[in-house]
Amino acid sequence: MIELLPERRSQVVRKSAGAPASDLPCGKASTAGSVSQRACVFCGSRVVLYPISDALHIVHGPIGCAAYTWDIRGALSSGPQLHRNSFSTDLQEMDVIFGGEKKLEAALLELIAHYRPKAAFIYSTCIVGLIGDDVGAVCKRVGAKTGIPVLPVHSEGFKGTKKDGYRAACEAVYKLVGSGDTSAIGPHSINILGEFNLAGEAWIIREYYKRMGVEVVACITGDARVEDLRRCHGAKLNLVQCSGSMTHLAKMMERDHGIPFRRVSYFGIEDMSAALYEAAKFFGDDPAIMVRTQQLVREEVAAVYPELQRYKQRLVGKKAAIYVGGAFKAFSLIRILRMLGMETAVVGSQTGDTEDYRQLQEISDPGTIIVDDSNPLELAKFCLEKDVDLFIGGVKERPIAYKLGIGFCDHNHERKEPLAGFVGMLNFAKEVYASVASPVWQFAPRRANRGKEAVGP
Amino acid sequence: MLEGTTAEIKPREALRINPAKTCQPIGAMYAALGIHGCMPHSHGSQGCCAYHRSHLTRHFKEPVVATTSSFTEGASVFGGLANLSQALSNIFTIYNPQIVAVHTTCLSEVIGDDIPMMIRKATEDGTIPKGKYVIHANTPSFVGSHVTGFANMTTAMVRYLAEKHGHRPFQLNLIPGFVDPADIRELKRIVDAMGVNAVVFPDTSGVLDLPQDGRYRMFPRGGVTIEDLNSAGDSCCTLALGHFTSHPAATELDEKCGVGCAFLELPIGMTETDRFIHALRNYGGVDVPADIGEERGRLLDAMSDMHQYFHRKRVAVAGDPDHVIALTQFLVDLDMRPAYVITGSPGNHFEQRVREILREQAPDAVVKQNSDLFALHQWIKHQPVDLIIGNTYCKYIARVENIPFVRFGFPVLDRMGHRYFPCVGYNGALRLMEKINDALLDHKDRECADEYFELVQ
Repeated sequence: MIELLPERRSQVVRKSAGAPASDLPCGKASTAGSVSQRACVFCGSRVVLYPISDALHIVHGPIGCAAYTWDIRGALSSGPQLHRNSFSTDLQEMDVIFGGEKKLEAALLELIAHYRPKAAFIYSTCIVGLIGDDVGAVCKRVGAKTGIPVLPVHSEGFKGTKKDGYRAACEAVYKLVGSGDTSAIGPHSINILGEFNLAGEAWIIREYYKRMGVEVVACITGDARVEDLRRCHGAKLNLVQCSGSMTHLAKMMERDHGIPFRRVSYFGIEDMSAALYEAAKFFGDDPAIMVRTQQLVREEVAAVYPELQRYKQRLVGKKAAIYVGGAFKAFSLIRILRMLGMETAVVGSQTGDTEDYRQLQEISDPGTIIVDDSNPLELAKFCLEKDVDLFIGGVKERPIAYKLGIGFCDHNHERKEPLAGFVGMLNFAKEVYASVASPVWQFAPRRANRGKEAVGP
Repeated sequence: MLEGTTAEIKPREALRINPAKTCQPIGAMYAALGIHGCMPHSHGSQGCCAYHRSHLTRHFKEPVVATTSSFTEGASVFGGLANLSQALSNIFTIYNPQIVAVHTTCLSEVIGDDIPMMIRKATEDGTIPKGKYVIHANTPSFVGSHVTGFANMTTAMVRYLAEKHGHRPFQLNLIPGFVDPADIRELKRIVDAMGVNAVVFPDTSGVLDLPQDGRYRMFPRGGVTIEDLNSAGDSCCTLALGHFTSHPAATELDEKCGVGCAFLELPIGMTETDRFIHALRNYGGVDVPADIGEERGRLLDAMSDMHQYFHRKRVAVAGDPDHVIALTQFLVDLDMRPAYVITGSPGNHFEQRVREILREQAPDAVVKQNSDLFALHQWIKHQPVDLIIGNTYCKYIARVENIPFVRFGFPVLDRMGHRYFPCVGYNGALRLMEKINDALLDHKDRECADEYFELVQ
């Protein structure tokens, strides 16, 4: 039996029938010495801004931070691919002693002259703050010289959690908002926030809105261009999908430009439909939009429903563990799994807040384990205890699941098929089925040894 | 995505585009995993640790555990003593490893944390239980590369753990360098077949190439034991494979315990494997068994069967210095023409050694340390090559220039072979040769006109 770190006990709860939801003390830095699955401020900023494909993204720091974030996110661009290169100031010992400002300025000037980007984002890493570089001043100078927005991202790794990195990214993007011409934007227009076009998901979503007669001004940041961001304040409504990362931007736009926002999710039939109706209701002045939306939902559901039912028959009663970055995605996943007849036995996130965990407890079945900021040993233990058939997570969790003989679905950067939208629901069902029902598990020893203790340090 | 790369080469001082290296700590983490029962510990922000684990997981497709000091703003002002003490206490209480191997990060280096003092303090106040060990290596990210970090942690194993008690005339040390578990497995097989008794460190076989047995173990059964490391000071000699990754530890062992060392290259290809076998024979006082002789004979047979296809083919090689040096020698053995030979890691020895190898066959080759893949691409645009050999990141160049490509080195993020099949020894050379031959001939079969499409090759 593996014990939890004493400091970690409060971050794990088990849903019990009838009991009120309890508050998880989340959002705190990981306990020193735990094998956290979490990342840092820089990581948060980098994943959010990375998909802006006609901007230059330069990592100011030693080489590692640039190397580990080089083209690891499957955020597709329909045009420029500049964002998929890795640019870094590659700070050396002398730079640490004498400062890296000159190097940064020279790097920026060279790169901007060469690539002619529409804007540049400069990510500060841990040591930049410590060695005293005035990145803001460099950005100002280079911006004046080159005539493009050169935007500092305050993403020093140790200055908080990944969530603070999201916030820093929103602040950086927000400097662009409001500088473009909005005269051509129509009355039924939206921005999609927190959709990163992994595996081309934003393209699917945009197409739905187009069919409804709703104009998408900007998708932030999936397949985004700098020009979209400049004029996105002309939209009449913001739909926030990955709420953990982009609510801050939505709030700033509401405050300064009076644009209301709604939280949505594009995962699963229920949530996807609700997201479309949300916009249709908002634009109630044109009832034709609602009519088209109802028709769209009908058509799309009809197109995938029969096949989904076939998958459900094969998946009913299977159990899943979910460990994802943001809690909002977990809500959708629980609902999707339910639709497939599956039960969520373990659910956790890296960055959920108190309200998120309350809500998770409310929608979970009794007995479900709910966990904040977990580690491999805990996750393996919970998976075996609940004898799950599927793990939904990211890169670090995949091999753990496989070692235990459990199917896996990547719902993170490395997803290969679009999982959003109606067609995404079907893709998800296919992917889950392909892994859960794979013949490989018939050879897996654990299936023969179900119930025996199998996690050890 | 590389459409921005031009043949025109401008001198670049201030930036790194598409690096051929990453930072020190990941190398230290990988080396530490080669000690049995070891928890690698990253003394810095939690992002570093998450990135290194993810990156290693992408290469090995294995769970990678490591803990972090989880630096916050407070730690960066007041120093990381409290974080490290708490971390050590938690690690030993909960995960209970035999040994913790601490490496620093750019952050803890810049704030000047004194790790040996912190370890002493933890020993004095009983945080480190009796019979358990804590070792450390300084691995500032702004010096050297991941290769340096690997060498530093390997040297730390000697500094902290090797002891001189007596003399073991029939035991030698083998330091295999930053190679894959499959390579170490093969080296151990050869050593065994030769009848030599060797302490191999670090040894990640049995740690990062585990069979699926339905269990998840934080500390798998592989890795060099602390007892074996203790005894390394008594060995009759050390065979150190690779100037950059292994020679520093061998030198330290010589200085500390007076164990003489043989400095070899990685045994990749015919010449370097011959040297390795020769050294084993000499220092181990054994004869070469017939089996090993036959392995060599089969490699030689394949080389003569296929030599017409390799003759004068121009090759670009990119990767870690020890790998590239040894591979360059093999390419020369195969009568190929290395045209561009680069490493992202700094170190003059690289250029000297490669030029020496190429003196006869390719004196005009471009040989560069501290280079990057953007520069390599520019040279290739200038004058193309027939083949690229390097890590996965070279695939962008191979695609855009339509050049055959063989994956080799670290990291390989998109293929599976390196996890199971070695590239060292005569058998490893055969496999490399097969991959080179397949890449060249597949390309020809795909691209040549009908009249030149051959059945028999």
